[in-house]
Amino acid sequence: MLADFGYGVLVVTFILALYSVIIAINGERNKSAQMVESARRAQLLTFPLLSVAAGVLLYELITSNFNVSFVYEVTSRSMPTYLKVTAWWGGQSGSLLFWAWLLSAFTSAVTLRKWDRDREFLPWVIVVSSITLAFFLSMNIFFENPFARFWQTVQGIDAFTFKPAGGVPFAPQDGNGLNPLLRHPGMVIHPPTLYLGFVAYVIPFAFAIAALVTGRTDDRWTRLTRRWSLWAWLFLSLGLVLGGRWAYDVLGWGGYWGWDPVEIAAFMPWLTGTAFLHSVMIQEHKGMLKHWNMILIMLTYSLVIFGTFLTRSGVLSSVHSFAQSAIGPMFFGFIGATFITSVALLIWRWPELKSETEMKSMLSREAFFLLNNLLFLSVLVVCFWGVIFPLISELFTGQKVTVGPPFYERANTPLFGAMMALMGIAPLSAWGKSTLLTLGRAIWKPTIPALFVPVLAYFAGYTNWVALIGFFLVAFVIFVTLYDTVRSAQARQRAQKENFFTALGRLAGRNRRRYGGYLIHISMMLMAIGILGIELFQTETQGTISQGESLQLAGYTVEYKDVATWPDQGAGVQYTRSAVDVFKDGEYLGELNPRIDFYFDSQQTMTIPGQRSTLQDDLYILLVDWQPVSSVGATFKIYHNPLVNWLWVGSLLFIAGMFFAAWPDKDPSLRPVRASKQVTQTSAAD
Amino acid sequence: MKKIFWIVTLILVLSGLVTATVFAQGSTPTDDEVNAIAKDLFCPVCENTPLDVCPTDACKEWREEIRGMLAEGKSEEEIKQHFVDYYGARVLSEPPRTGFNWLIYVVPPIVIVAGVFVLFRAFRAWSQPSETEADTGEDEDAPEIDDGYVARMEEELKKRN
Repeated sequence: MLADFGYGVLVVTFILALYSVIIAINGERNKSAQMVESARRAQLLTFPLLSVAAGVLLYELITSNFNVSFVYEVTSRSMPTYLKVTAWWGGQSGSLLFWAWLLSAFTSAVTLRKWDRDREFLPWVIVVSSITLAFFLSMNIFFENPFARFWQTVQGIDAFTFKPAGGVPFAPQDGNGLNPLLRHPGMVIHPPTLYLGFVAYVIPFAFAIAALVTGRTDDRWTRLTRRWSLWAWLFLSLGLVLGGRWAYDVLGWGGYWGWDPVEIAAFMPWLTGTAFLHSVMIQEHKGMLKHWNMILIMLTYSLVIFGTFLTRSGVLSSVHSFAQSAIGPMFFGFIGATFITSVALLIWRWPELKSETEMKSMLSREAFFLLNNLLFLSVLVVCFWGVIFPLISELFTGQKVTVGPPFYERANTPLFGAMMALMGIAPLSAWGKSTLLTLGRAIWKPTIPALFVPVLAYFAGYTNWVALIGFFLVAFVIFVTLYDTVRSAQARQRAQKENFFTALGRLAGRNRRRYGGYLIHISMMLMAIGILGIELFQTETQGTISQGESLQLAGYTVEYKDVATWPDQGAGVQYTRSAVDVFKDGEYLGELNPRIDFYFDSQQTMTIPGQRSTLQDDLYILLVDWQPVSSVGATFKIYHNPLVNWLWVGSLLFIAGMFFAAWPDKDPSLRPVRASKQVTQTSAAD
Repeated sequence: MKKIFWIVTLILVLSGLVTATVFAQGSTPTDDEVNAIAKDLFCPVCENTPLDVCPTDACKEWREEIRGMLAEGKSEEEIKQHFVDYYGARVLSEPPRTGFNWLIYVVPPIVIVAGVFVLFRAFRAWSQPSETEADTGEDEDAPEIDDGYVARMEEELKKRN
């Protein structure tokens, strides 16, 4: 019964979202502030309503009401309560509701802000966000109802939203249980962070569309949504990093990123989002690239919807599963319709969005930002094409193909290299005009020590030439960035007669975006060290050994000591835990415990590696197989992943840099100005 | 002369046969040798999981099949071809460079080169012939924000009136 109530709330919210769209457009057309206000209030009401619906779903999940088919699919009695809560986003229908709930929260936050300025944006922001909300709710209501219940009829047992003729409610004894892969703490926070990023991008998009419709050709929309796009980017990045760490710890293939379509689906909006983050700065500084920023945010929005869809459905694996999935065509229809509408709007406003200044030099900051955009979009092209090509191939030739890591790695490596080079050069170039001379003068000093790094790396045994170029670029970017920061701090120190660290602190504090960006660049370089290490120097071995025997890899000796297996009925898991001793060059380093967890409810196994991590390398041991009675004991797979932990160190710095850049401070451009207030008041009065 | 040739050939063939049988009987290919090939293969069931790390039983059997073929002395290419013949090109980690599949390799470079071209054209269009104006601005955020702000205020006021 409660489930039906939850469904009813969804329907009401859906109607309310449609109402706010229609009334906002009407209000704008009739210049009726009252109607717009009504639309705003309807929009505001969606959040408490969806919170009620979410509360109902959570209640069903926690109380294990397996009459609700979603609860049956994603939980089981043996799961702890916190996992039952996180199971909310462990399945398709629940995660669609989660998305809608987040969107209504964000839109409410936006509509609650003071709208005494820029009030002309308001109706259109409501329209865009409410259309998006209505779309997601319609998916829940018509196709993927999280509140559908099991009914027993003469035909058998099936899930229905409404009671079928002669149906008797049916509740299975126990549920399927959440996919064990999703029971990791990383998986508990990874999807919500990713979704926070996804959903937050709807807001800048809504403002962009509002700016197009109202004909505001300035950069007001980017300024108003600067924090939104920064936070969206922060969460999206965080989601990607957490996803990588989760894969490394749980999936048991010794890597963090496999160029899987689902990963790429989350990576693509990040690419356009990152390009957007850079190119809005050109618009703010120079009044250029207005069209381009519009295109970037439109692409980001479409890719966010695309990504949401992909991460939960797996439809890309084949044309058939796409056609079979009810929501697939709907999603594509929605993405197509919104994209075409926004592009049409952009074309309509095209002449009014002319640049205010011209490009003066190919070496200026704005020119480098354009190159940066080109590179990000190039990676996007590679990724997008790689993801959809199997579908295209199947559609046209009937032949299925796999586009795996070798394709992406070969195509993207040079692009990533060029990005790194740009990261070093671009921050030193001036807005407007730079010459080779001014640029060279700024760069040569940090370049010289950077040249020593690949030499040292070569003698340390990293002889791969791609790695050497990579290490040079890493050093180059870090040195250039530090050099520039120190130089600016010294300049301030002289001018303001402060001590160096005060000068540095104040300099960074006043230019959060710039120095937060610098921190992020440096963190990217640390991550690059890890990526170069694992991608180019990973080694592995596998072997079946009996107790007391050992395997050797990269100077390490792994000796098999013991294995034990026991069931944990409460948790519904059969644990198989091995013990191995690790030695390096004869020295005992400690014991590791790779294990296999078998989940009874879902009949799935998880391979949890035993890891020994240092900044130099990771020893990553998997228990592949074991025989309880045979003399040949167990099969282990061992990976040696040099430098990989720099990836995680870099990630931590990355997060710090993002918080530094995005942390709210007083933004002079957003401070209310008396003159503008009067203007708005008069306009509201008529 | 002819006799010597035949004797040498016979010895070579015999020794070849002997070593071949020794290889086939004496050394089972190691897991590492199997994985080196399995790494580049994808079974049709486990989407996007390379064969060398896939934990399912079906994939275990595939790996044993590879081991068997290695023991028979088949080359990496032959083994991969065997799986392609049975299950189609999807078992390879990349589409083979034939026919329609060429599109996967040529489309991204074409689009990227087109992007470079468009960008270059845009640069040319933007570039002013006079390059005398000097701008040394390192990072002078504030004044520019103010300039833009005043301009927008004026614009807004104009619109309102």
